[in-house]
Amino acid sequence: MVLQPSLKNCLRLSCILRTPKAGFRSTACGALIIQSVSNDVYQNLAVEDWIHDHMDLEKRQVLFLWRNSPAVVIGRHQNPWQECNLRLLRQKNIKLARRRSGGGTVYHDLGNINLTFFTTRKKYERMENLKLVVKALKALRPQLDIHVTDRYDILLDRHYKISGTAAKLGGTSAYHHCTLLCNADKFVLSSVLKSPYKGLKSNATPSVPASVKNLFEEDPSLTSEVLLDAIAKEYATQHQIDHHITLINPADETLLPGINNKTKELQTWEWVYGKTPKFSVSTCLNMAYKDSVLDIKVNMDVKRGRIEVCNIDLPEQWLPPALYSKLVKSLTGSKFCPNETTALVTTLLRVCPQDDELHSRWNLLCENMITLM
Amino acid sequence: VCTHRVRSCSSIRVIKSKYVCVFDKSALKFTHQQRLFRTSAVSCGQIVQFKLSDIGEGITEVTVKEWYIKEGDSVSQFDSICEVQSDKASVTITSRYDGIIRKLHYSIDDIAFVGKPLVDIEIDASKGVASEEDVVETPPMSHEEHTHQEIKGHKTLATPAVRRLAMENNIKLSEVVGTGKDNRILKEDILNYLAKQTGAILPPSPKAEIVSPLPKSETVPAAPKDTARKIPVPVSRPIVFSGKDKTEPVTGFQKAMVKTMSAALKIPHFGYCDEIDLTQLVQLREELKPLAEIRGVKLSLMPFFIKAASLGLLQYPILNASLDENCQNVTYKASHNIGVAMDTEQGLIVPNVKNVQVCSVFDIAAELNRLQSLGSAGQLGTSDLTGGTFTLSNIGTIGGTYAKPVILPPEVAIGALGKIQVVPRFNRKGEVCKAQIMNVSWSADHRIIDGATVARFSNLWKSYVENPASMLLDLK
Repeated sequence: MVLQPSLKNCLRLSCILRTPKAGFRSTACGALIIQSVSNDVYQNLAVEDWIHDHMDLEKRQVLFLWRNSPAVVIGRHQNPWQECNLRLLRQKNIKLARRRSGGGTVYHDLGNINLTFFTTRKKYERMENLKLVVKALKALRPQLDIHVTDRYDILLDRHYKISGTAAKLGGTSAYHHCTLLCNADKFVLSSVLKSPYKGLKSNATPSVPASVKNLFEEDPSLTSEVLLDAIAKEYATQHQIDHHITLINPADETLLPGINNKTKELQTWEWVYGKTPKFSVSTCLNMAYKDSVLDIKVNMDVKRGRIEVCNIDLPEQWLPPALYSKLVKSLTGSKFCPNETTALVTTLLRVCPQDDELHSRWNLLCENMITLM
Repeated sequence: VCTHRVRSCSSIRVIKSKYVCVFDKSALKFTHQQRLFRTSAVSCGQIVQFKLSDIGEGITEVTVKEWYIKEGDSVSQFDSICEVQSDKASVTITSRYDGIIRKLHYSIDDIAFVGKPLVDIEIDASKGVASEEDVVETPPMSHEEHTHQEIKGHKTLATPAVRRLAMENNIKLSEVVGTGKDNRILKEDILNYLAKQTGAILPPSPKAEIVSPLPKSETVPAAPKDTARKIPVPVSRPIVFSGKDKTEPVTGFQKAMVKTMSAALKIPHFGYCDEIDLTQLVQLREELKPLAEIRGVKLSLMPFFIKAASLGLLQYPILNASLDENCQNVTYKASHNIGVAMDTEQGLIVPNVKNVQVCSVFDIAAELNRLQSLGSAGQLGTSDLTGGTFTLSNIGTIGGTYAKPVILPPEVAIGALGKIQVVPRFNRKGEVCKAQIMNVSWSADHRIIDGATVARFSNLWKSYVENPASMLLDLK
């Protein structure tokens, strides 16, 4: 099938997306408002990537509206061990995603809405976008005390953060996205965003913790749907287009060719964990063994999510030196991941001398090491 | 036209004698003369200082967060060079030139300044410098057409490497669908185009075909899409395959498996296989499945296989033993900790059900459920994965009949279960009837276990499994 190269993807998108509606006029210029039908954080992040890579934003800008089922989203250059309680995430089956924009860590659930403003690089302007959001909210409820800070946060009642911002700039296009807390679970939010991992040293971008509040708490009639609609309306007004939200399915490969590959890439270990900037772990394990408690100093360097250097300060002969060296050699180059490490150390045990005492020491040490991951 | 500074500082290892400041298309004409410069031992490409462009919003400095290239790498125009961050914005810096990276001006976490050099790129003198706009070329073979690649006022974007590929294969760029950024034509697009022309089998392109918005009746049906099923036609044109070998180090869990399997190979394996008629067991399971579900447990056939194995091990304990490193002592293990091979994302994991000898079939089923859900969530603990004494591998869920399973040290035996097939068999009356047949393949350590023992164990296990009611007699 041969297609004229001159047909831009965005025009194609609009042809397919156009839904029949009475009195619907062509919106071939100005802007487009789209909303995702999916609540999968990876699919939605992939849509952002796709629009950023493939759409011509010169002729029209895009506003993308999306919500996710429970997920923690870290910034491009952050360290997930530093930012959140990975153990809790795994237990509660909360997804972890790394986005391509900078900034800090956020917790998403269906009570949080995400807005992405796509423009060309020249028209990239975060303040304007946030002012638009504030204007929309104030039009809805004039008595709301909300304002934008110079850190691009939106604060409620001067004190509570209801929105955080991040941005991504590429060759010719850019996007600015922000969250908006409507009715998120604040309890889960605060527990997952607290890291239990000690002794981490890194140059990864740190998050700035803030007190948060839901707009729902201020006014129970402010649901996600109401807020999304208000913002879309304001955007439509400012860009002089119809107040019409086009729904898109992020799994539709025909509409968005290559999207499923992008979704897959965002879920790989290499992206989520492997993109963590180099960091070191320097901590002490307290191991209860028989009648005593051992203090074991551990030092590890982790690069690209893999253990580059590993030092465990064990009491002399607690493990035979050959065994210790086998453990350290195997951990070196291995992923800093509890699952991988468990599989690794249990498999190694098969080729170690078969001694119950030895095995229980090995298991104890390894279990403790795994808690660091 | 870009300006170009003449370098004189000593920090550069490569000393150039002269710089040629020619940047428009006429530079291409001088290629022959420029080649004279290439006779010196040191490369004579032009070094261009690629400066960090404006980020917007009045930002003057950024932090360098990641380099996508290193010194000595070759880059094409539009390749990503690095990622920088400024105040919650992450910016991907892409190259404006084709060439070789000669110097990185910053390290990770350094502050970089807008307008100052980011990298030095050595541009290949023979290629000429890529201008700000993409170069527009005429198609390679069409003498009769004067078509520039400007179709309806649109320029065709493609890197020089892609253009060369098209030219070598006599392809008109205007006929190729570009799937890259801004409809750029990529190498994969050329390869896909070639595949359609020749019907040759090529690995499927990651980018799906772009659907035409025109109604189907108007489009001309293209070459058959099921190129995978078509027999490859011998091709007269040379097909350029641009795949590259990928080498990765063996680390972590994979490395541990290498050690384990190498140790396993030292064990002389005795293999024994048999055919099992599961007709009765399948029926029994169907009857018991709803009862187990009421209790919240999914019942498969595995709990029966595992329990039957344990009953067999009671009679033939040598199969539940361990041989020490020097082959001096055999330890008969009291517990039957039967491992169940699981295929996970990482590979082969073998959690085990502890003390099967004192578990009921239901207990085993419940434990299997627990292990399976932990396994798929990647949350198995060390105690679940250690202490196994005997292993069963249900490879039949994926496929296969007979297998040659490898014993997992420090164990001495393993069984592999093939898939269940419905086949005709003769019953006792000599009539042909439907039977659910599965094949089992045992491997045992021939240093301490002889063939007869394995055969008798297998027969006993087979009798329990073929006639489940007989298990009742021996259940403790």
